[in-house]
Amino acid sequence: MLNLKYTHTAKRRAAGTKKEALIGVVASGNLEVLLERVLPGAACEVEIATPVKGFDATWKAVVDEFVERSAPGGLRISINDGGARPDTVFLRLMQGCAMMESE
Amino acid sequence: MMDETATRDHMSWYQATARQRLAGLLDPKSFVEFIGPSERVESPHLHIFDLPRAFDDGVIIGRGALGGVPVLVAAQEGQFMGGTFAEVSGAKLVGLLRAARDHKDLPQTVLLLLDSGGVRLQEANAGELAVAEFMRAIVQARSAGVAVIALVGGKSGAFGGAGLTAGVCSRVIVSEQGRIGVSGPEVIETNKGVEEYDSRDKALVWSVCGGKNRRLLGMADAFTADSMAGFREAAKAQMTLSAPFNIATLQAEQKRLTERQEKLGACDDANAMWKILGVKTPEAVADMDAAGFISLANGIKDSNHDAR
Repeated sequence: MLNLKYTHTAKRRAAGTKKEALIGVVASGNLEVLLERVLPGAACEVEIATPVKGFDATWKAVVDEFVERSAPGGLRISINDGGARPDTVFLRLMQGCAMMESE
Repeated sequence: MMDETATRDHMSWYQATARQRLAGLLDPKSFVEFIGPSERVESPHLHIFDLPRAFDDGVIIGRGALGGVPVLVAAQEGQFMGGTFAEVSGAKLVGLLRAARDHKDLPQTVLLLLDSGGVRLQEANAGELAVAEFMRAIVQARSAGVAVIALVGGKSGAFGGAGLTAGVCSRVIVSEQGRIGVSGPEVIETNKGVEEYDSRDKALVWSVCGGKNRRLLGMADAFTADSMAGFREAAKAQMTLSAPFNIATLQAEQKRLTERQEKLGACDDANAMWKILGVKTPEAVADMDAAGFISLANGIKDSNHDAR
């Protein structure tokens, strides 16, 4: 299992007050994303567990793009990956962030 | 703007995830999860096989309300490892049923959203134990007056331990897509040969394992269209119908099964069984819509019984 962790400072704190959200399923070509509002200020952590090795640069690029395009400040994001494509990962991250901002 | 409730009502149960099913089934905002994903109670075995884990190990348990009535619920995620019974997911299911059995202040109706091919092979011993403990816990809960209702309509169906589990529930609700069995088609073909059972003959597979056959044979007590609203209304209706669980009920079930064997044991296919059960045009059953099929099944004597 490959474990990756990225630490970012987001543009701003994520809107809403929802404490946690889970989106997606660990299935072939899919992943689950758990978001928890536990970090101070605009800090954002993304932790990934994936059985697919050798795509560290791709994961980093997707997470960088996600942090750039949204505002996940205060969120610790944990991923269990089932071999999802980068576009699916990006979609789930954006969905998860939207869920956290929904209430 | 689309009406959010109407969209939710029409959503396919078959296509939905376990969490979407809970959201579609229960009263809005009523669900409270026990041992949720942020507690990270995950499988202690999967990493040995370099397989990804799930934060909830593929089973979601909790409490909520259905039509204002408090219920306990468990939902298997059929897409994760085939919706398996394993050490953690099994313990969550067993714990929920034991809690219902022992604590009368908890809701005394349990809804089981089964979606599983059976035991998780990577942790098979723990999984087999989980199935046995789960069935025992269901029977003990029913003896204590708890109604346990199975809802079957997911992609993995209810096979292996899930099929056995459905067999010990107070009531079973099924959709056309909700297959129920013990050994799945591929397993039977592997062990008995393709002449016994061709797993690639989908019409044959559905006519044996599919929801319509299971309903007509009386294995399922209610049939529903493949939608959130369909399962919700069926569950509401079945919640009030559980027979008391006692020796008389078991004897009635034994008698029913003996008679069924005598009546249908010589049949070669589903159409022959349905004909004997009183379906006038069995060949038309496969194409019947849910409403038409429900009224047909409700009129067949052997499909409706108080045993179980």
